[in-house]
Amino acid sequence: MIEDEEVEILLTDLVDIYGYDFTSYSRASLKRRIIRLVSIDKFPSFAEFRYKVRTDENYLKRFVEEITVNVTEMFRDPSFYKSLREDILPVLGTKPFIRVWHAGCSTGEEVFSMAILLKEAGLLRKSLLYATDLNPSVLDKVRKGIFPLQQMKHYSESYIESGGLKDFSEYYTANYGQAKFDRELSEKIIISTHNLVSDSSFNEFDLILCRNVLIYFDKDLQDRVLKLFDASLGTLGYLALGTKETLKFSVIQNKYKQLNREKIWKKVM
Amino acid sequence: MEESDVTSSVKALLIGGSAGSLQVLFNLLPSLHHDLPFAMIVVLHRRHSADSALSELLATKSVLPTHEVEDKDVIRPGHIYLAPADYHLLVEKDETFSLDYSEKVNFSRPSIDVTFESAAEVYGSSLAALLLSGANEDGTKGLMYVKKMGGITLVQDPETAQMPYMPHYAMLHAVIDQVLNIRQMSHYINNLR
Repeated sequence: MIEDEEVEILLTDLVDIYGYDFTSYSRASLKRRIIRLVSIDKFPSFAEFRYKVRTDENYLKRFVEEITVNVTEMFRDPSFYKSLREDILPVLGTKPFIRVWHAGCSTGEEVFSMAILLKEAGLLRKSLLYATDLNPSVLDKVRKGIFPLQQMKHYSESYIESGGLKDFSEYYTANYGQAKFDRELSEKIIISTHNLVSDSSFNEFDLILCRNVLIYFDKDLQDRVLKLFDASLGTLGYLALGTKETLKFSVIQNKYKQLNREKIWKKVM
Repeated sequence: MEESDVTSSVKALLIGGSAGSLQVLFNLLPSLHHDLPFAMIVVLHRRHSADSALSELLATKSVLPTHEVEDKDVIRPGHIYLAPADYHLLVEKDETFSLDYSEKVNFSRPSIDVTFESAAEVYGSSLAALLLSGANEDGTKGLMYVKKMGGITLVQDPETAQMPYMPHYAMLHAVIDQVLNIRQMSHYINNLR
């Protein structure tokens, strides 16, 4: 068992030693992740776990990977992607150039899904997709564009449900249990580490997607991050969140209009 | 009455269910009083594709305001909250919800154990938890933790459950305060304070 005070001590260590600030993460989930990691890695006590985190930079890497949730999939929530296809891309298509930001992209499954949508709308050539995460090791996976082949059946079903008309397997080459996605998609993806807690706005975008990232933040941090998105969105730009995330607690909500049942907002002011 | 009167009142009732539990709720919810002084938090295993239809369906069975939880919603007495499909549902110290899309637990997301354990951390002895029909081991560890933190543990009588495995497994491994059939459940909940 780990006490709440011990969690706080560990979080302070991380800021002091490494500059990683998890102090505004939702506590219930964060504590659960910490207890899980202590148990998987079989630390006999919290003190030993803390010592390892403080002194071993390689272990810190594992800590960050395991504490942050990196569960994601392609075309997650197909109706959301259908709405992007039908409602958003036709509007973005009128622009000379399209910049999309996937904030907290994890291993990139949703970034590749977006690239496929842009390609099918004939917009990929004039688009750039910025994929950022605080965690460098997940970004290596985005860079490679390789995902487990066993997932492809499920992804293919979601792709079709999202309105996709092609044979999904046209987008990748299967080899040794892996699916490597086409270079044509990955060369439009710009990858960079970016920590939503501590880093600032770095460009102006037409569409920002940040799905199932804010749920791990407390309300204050959510509000700060939403302001960062607001500062990074051009006029009439779009903001897309996860299906259970909301702007309703944020000061920016008055500047945004939700489009439909999906969690997509248009910046109207 | 001096210091003997220290039993804390119940602030939340958790209900966890899997296969065969929906029918129990359909029978139970209409029989509940409209002025329950605690929140009800319902975690059901369900198909991902079920969308929000389930909360709408449950809402038709109850006079209590029923919501499918969104991130950071505030927990209010007299309301029923349903864990959304495909997220774990957690309770924060300030009595708000948070959601978590991490790995499945007991092959389930939402997992009953995750919500029960997290609520027990926050509510301690001001908590009651009820485990219904199911064919899975989810919920047992959660009930053990609720008990450890001083809360009340309840299960559906396995003999009345479509799938007796889940409540039965809990009875074998956790200390259970009451074993209830559906009629007893509604009486128990209506008188829970």
